[in-house]
Amino acid sequence: MQDFGEAFRLALSLVLSGDADLVEIVALSLRVSLTATGVACLIGLPLGALVAITRFRGRNAVLILFNALMGLPPVVVGLLVYLHLSRAGPLGFLGLLYTPTAMIIAQTILITPIVMALSRQVLEDLHAEYAEQFRSLVLSRRQQVAALIWDARFSLLTVGLAGFGRAVAEVGAVMIVGGNIDHLTRVMTTAIALETSKGDLALALGLGLVLMVIALGVNAMVQSLRMTAVRHAYA
Amino acid sequence: MHMRDTVSDIAGTRPPEPVSATADRRAATLRNLGLTIDGTPLVRDLNLALEPTGITMIMGPNGAGKSLLLKLMHGLIVPSSGEVLWGGQPLSNELRRVQSMVFQKPVVLRRSVAANVDFVLKARGIRDASRRDALLAHVGLSDHARQPARLLSGGEQQRLALARALATEPKVMLMDEPTASLDPASVLKIEEIVQDAQAKGTKILFVTHDLGQAGRLADDIVFMHKGRLHEYGSADLFLSRPETEEARNFLQGRIVV
Repeated sequence: MQDFGEAFRLALSLVLSGDADLVEIVALSLRVSLTATGVACLIGLPLGALVAITRFRGRNAVLILFNALMGLPPVVVGLLVYLHLSRAGPLGFLGLLYTPTAMIIAQTILITPIVMALSRQVLEDLHAEYAEQFRSLVLSRRQQVAALIWDARFSLLTVGLAGFGRAVAEVGAVMIVGGNIDHLTRVMTTAIALETSKGDLALALGLGLVLMVIALGVNAMVQSLRMTAVRHAYA
Repeated sequence: MHMRDTVSDIAGTRPPEPVSATADRRAATLRNLGLTIDGTPLVRDLNLALEPTGITMIMGPNGAGKSLLLKLMHGLIVPSSGEVLWGGQPLSNELRRVQSMVFQKPVVLRRSVAANVDFVLKARGIRDASRRDALLAHVGLSDHARQPARLLSGGEQQRLALARALATEPKVMLMDEPTASLDPASVLKIEEIVQDAQAKGTKILFVTHDLGQAGRLADDIVFMHKGRLHEYGSADLFLSRPETEEARNFLQGRIVV
């Protein structure tokens, strides 16, 4: 326990002193996960909205697929992206393996189904309220999707948050396609795994602390926004 | 311009007026219109030619099919049989774009009052803040323009729905019990707006249970019961001398089953 206490004290000092390595890892983590969340929202929100407002044959099968994909194992996604980006793979010529871009691609694949499935549910509920008005106005699908996403924006923040949470916390996919290369593709989760295996608990704990603070901070910010929206009846 | 057609007069297979480019798109004709859901007929074989102007009230007890008729006429529900013609033409998106519908429970977007009106204007390709401001002034909501629309009272939300409906300058406005559950002041304000729209040439179809309201607003009245059309004629005649027993019972406040 004494070792643990000492490690914890060192971790705090690393965080408070703004250790350069730690800052670099945290910054890359945020860059990768925020970009992946942004791209996943750009893809997932319109798709979720489209499924929410459309009735077609096989819709139930699509919904089951959406929900099943939410539980994609990160290592499997990492492996698939690896196979595509490796030199022998169909996208090997792009030279993206072991770069932050590869990590963004893997995380995007991982969280897009989450954004799609959760946003579909939120937007379907809202659409039930708006549907007759939309039909009366003879709106195109594009207009309906845009209106639904805009009006559900505060609820969709939570969807984005769920995606970001999954992205920033996963380790399997980014480890495989990023390679955990120091100063290049090392992010918080891969660094924690590495430092723990090396016995360097201070850095691992420090990164763990930062990860927790980020998770709590983002949650608090989104929750506060949602509360404001609810007060103004926008959510 | 009122008519006194009973169902037997207007039922049948009178062919629609020939389609012409100048046909009045406010004139509705129902031909053998029916709606059956899960084997239950909810609207039965309606044949009717409505006046292209004025305020037509659709009345009848609960379950008569009044709201369904309105939705069928606006194309929100596809009929099981028959058809709806506007100006002699089958209902199309182009025709629906010159119609507006106001629902019993106003659908209010999660935006400001002004943004709710802007939404409809923008959907029609119009970006005109002065038009929006004039509409809000017309329905008495100028002071609420920046407020979240969902925080308005029920009467204010319905007036906002009216402003949105008027934003497209519709030729036909279909209103499904827009004053149900509203206080008398809100009802009167909404009735003023409706009468003003009618005076400017908009055909109004208005579902109501309120006999007083029918007396104040209606030019002609459609009376329905159990999905069937029982009477259609001028409001004065219908309210003073209804022809069917169901209509007499309804007007005398008896329970109609």
